[in-house]
Amino acid sequence: MSKTVNLTIDDKQVSAQEGEMLLWVALENDIYIPHLCAMKDYTPYAACRLCFVEVEGKKAPVTSCTQPVYENMVVHTRSERVDELVKKGFELIMSNHHLDCKNCPGNKNCELQKIAKARKLPLKPKKLIQQVNEELPIDDSMDKIVYDPRKCVLCGKCITACKENGNGILNFAHRGIDRVITTFGNISLKEAGCLDCGACAEVCPVGARSIKE
Amino acid sequence: MNNETFQKIKQEALADWQALKEKTVIMVGTATCGRAVGAVEVMRAIDQELANQGVKDAVLMEVGCMGHCYAEPLVIIQKPGYPAICYGYVDEGTASVLVKEFIVGDDLCIEFALAATEPNDMFPTFEDFPRGMVEQKIVMENCGIIDPHNINHYIANGGYEALANAIEMTPEQVLQEIKNSGLRGRGGAGFPTGIKWETCQNIEDDVKYVICNADEGDPGAFMDRALLESNPHQMLEGLALAAFTVGASHGYIYIRAEYPLAVERVRMAIEQAKDKGLLGNSVLGSNFNLELEIFQGSGAFVCGEETALINSMQGYPGIPRHRPPFPAQAGLWNKPTVINNVKTLSYVSHIIKKGADWFKSIGTPENPGTAIFALAGKIINTGLTEVPMSTTLKQIVYDVGSGIEKSKKFKAVQIGGPSGGCIPESLLDTSIDFDSLSKIGAMMGSGGMVILDEDDCMVEIARFFLDFTQKESCGKCTFCRIGTKQMLDILERITKGEGVLEDIDYLGELAQNIKNGSLCNLGKTAPNPVLSTIRHFRDEYEAHVIEKRCPALMCKELTTFYILPEKCERSCDACIGSCPVECIYSNEDRIKVIDQEKCVKCNSCLDACPPQYDAVIKLSPVDMLKVKENVIDE
Repeated sequence: MSKTVNLTIDDKQVSAQEGEMLLWVALENDIYIPHLCAMKDYTPYAACRLCFVEVEGKKAPVTSCTQPVYENMVVHTRSERVDELVKKGFELIMSNHHLDCKNCPGNKNCELQKIAKARKLPLKPKKLIQQVNEELPIDDSMDKIVYDPRKCVLCGKCITACKENGNGILNFAHRGIDRVITTFGNISLKEAGCLDCGACAEVCPVGARSIKE
Repeated sequence: MNNETFQKIKQEALADWQALKEKTVIMVGTATCGRAVGAVEVMRAIDQELANQGVKDAVLMEVGCMGHCYAEPLVIIQKPGYPAICYGYVDEGTASVLVKEFIVGDDLCIEFALAATEPNDMFPTFEDFPRGMVEQKIVMENCGIIDPHNINHYIANGGYEALANAIEMTPEQVLQEIKNSGLRGRGGAGFPTGIKWETCQNIEDDVKYVICNADEGDPGAFMDRALLESNPHQMLEGLALAAFTVGASHGYIYIRAEYPLAVERVRMAIEQAKDKGLLGNSVLGSNFNLELEIFQGSGAFVCGEETALINSMQGYPGIPRHRPPFPAQAGLWNKPTVINNVKTLSYVSHIIKKGADWFKSIGTPENPGTAIFALAGKIINTGLTEVPMSTTLKQIVYDVGSGIEKSKKFKAVQIGGPSGGCIPESLLDTSIDFDSLSKIGAMMGSGGMVILDEDDCMVEIARFFLDFTQKESCGKCTFCRIGTKQMLDILERITKGEGVLEDIDYLGELAQNIKNGSLCNLGKTAPNPVLSTIRHFRDEYEAHVIEKRCPALMCKELTTFYILPEKCERSCDACIGSCPVECIYSNEDRIKVIDQEKCVKCNSCLDACPPQYDAVIKLSPVDMLKVKENVIDE
């Protein structure tokens, strides 16, 4: 049994198991930290770069999904530096996200909307150039699920979900700005042997993978 | 007992080496740099000429690169009774002349000689030139002088002695020596090697690994390649010492597949070391075992990052992960793993042999030892150089590199590749070491140094490097994937003259966030070329944005070509012949005129116009053309 530690997050005293990742400790104690790619009980993927916090004694903000908690840790989820990083990270993600909330199946159940509300950030970044590849086709080959790669934020959750519940047909492809989540050989979900289990849609934070109405 | 085994090996090697010293030996530098300009053909020509002349007692030998890449192909001739002389710019014709006149005859052919390689009364050595005063060779000492295919050459020159000594010491003693030496990793970040090894040594585990990182990928950098091609055993001995210290019995050399010659020479070196009992089971009769294998990477730049390198070795895409845990704690197959750069490992045997105090006597207290740089770009002596830390940039550019080509004006040194920065003339007195360079916004990096002159546009240089990192970004994390693309788009806008003044500050803002927010060091350092050029060459950015002018006349969209009517010779037509799109015509006075609509700005006419006329010029901003043309109208 690991031991219980006490820590302070935003002036709130909380206790947790030593070595647990800070992000989950905060969330369990109703302290919100923006996040997209983190999956509880999995090795932190640490790709979305939104869960930055300040830990007293550390030189720079750290990602809370990779930060184990320890005795007497003092955490601030907000600071000028954290807010700046989260704002820029969020803006960058939004500059590469097909924005169409009104018609999006993820509307009102979207982590991006949640972050924007919590941190008072605009959904439409002003100075950045739109990077969405609008030509990426929507995969509508299955009966139940549909995949719109233009909305994908590359958190990778659907890949894990598909491995565990479905046929494990999804993975990342290409690099740099061209990175996408797709099937082997970039064929349709149907051709790739999708089971239509819907596990991917369940974990998708942004409505890129969704269940048809 | 160990020492006895080694003494026997050493005696054999010395006898081999001594026998060679008594013969006439022709050494041809056949590292990749030599091969690129015809070293293999030169070698063949020498072989042919030796046969034609009936010379039977001369030894024709391949050696690596001694750093004078600008003068390749290089041939060193050692003939009893004469000092060994190095000849430069040797082609097949020169090669046969050398055989006829010097090997068969007695003419030293000083007209082709660069320098002697050992002190003598007849001819200056490399050490007698300004370059020699600045250089101090430790890991490059035997490069270009020994045959990389022959382990005896390495052993005869002190090789594997450190390993033989080490196995009679405890791993803790070896570690202490490395820690005391203050050796810092030469891969770029300058992390203390001893501390890395200590972390790994302290972890209890039956299985540990050591890896040599030879995934050299910076544009313009070729230090690791040259070291592996010229003296592969030096790195192997360092890797073996690392393995002994941390308690690993398995090691890998991660070389990119684009370095086939390095792969071949390292593979051969491993075999030879095994045959001699210097690697494999029971090294020199001790209970230390070490199996070494080569892993060929597929050439992704990001695989030089250690966690990405490990992923790629495990069969996954080369994508970094969060650290900690550091590889020294949990690396390859989750086992404690030490990963060191080729250069770092190459220093290790020298430190064990000569001691930490000797190493610390070179360079500065915080940055002991030497640094190896690959000089490229607009410099006269391109090639490799090894200088003590604390040497100034000025000494490297002017003493080692002999200054700028074609008497052009120096503008900047780009150091550290895509992770580094540009250093302007005003900072040329900066001493080269990890700390001083990061203070001025550059980075030591792995040792690439590209010299830029007045014809290089600093905005375009920043754009080039950002384009490189964006293409090589793995795409995993937000800041690197999207952030570098946003920066690249802004830079492209500026080089096209479509930028606005706010862009410059916004670039800086984005850059700072990418630095602070990225997952791995590729992203964290990607903005450096932009930040350093804005810091030192802001006026060039502003010229692009405000005046739509490229001061270096490099950005295509902002420059135009123009033929000066008063200078055009009229009857020569060289420009017309050179134009690939046929956009130059003769007007009624037979003066050549460029049809600006069709011009693709390829530079051909400017190159073709004979220097005595020098009639083709570049103008920026493009509006300057109107000014010029109006002058004629009047």
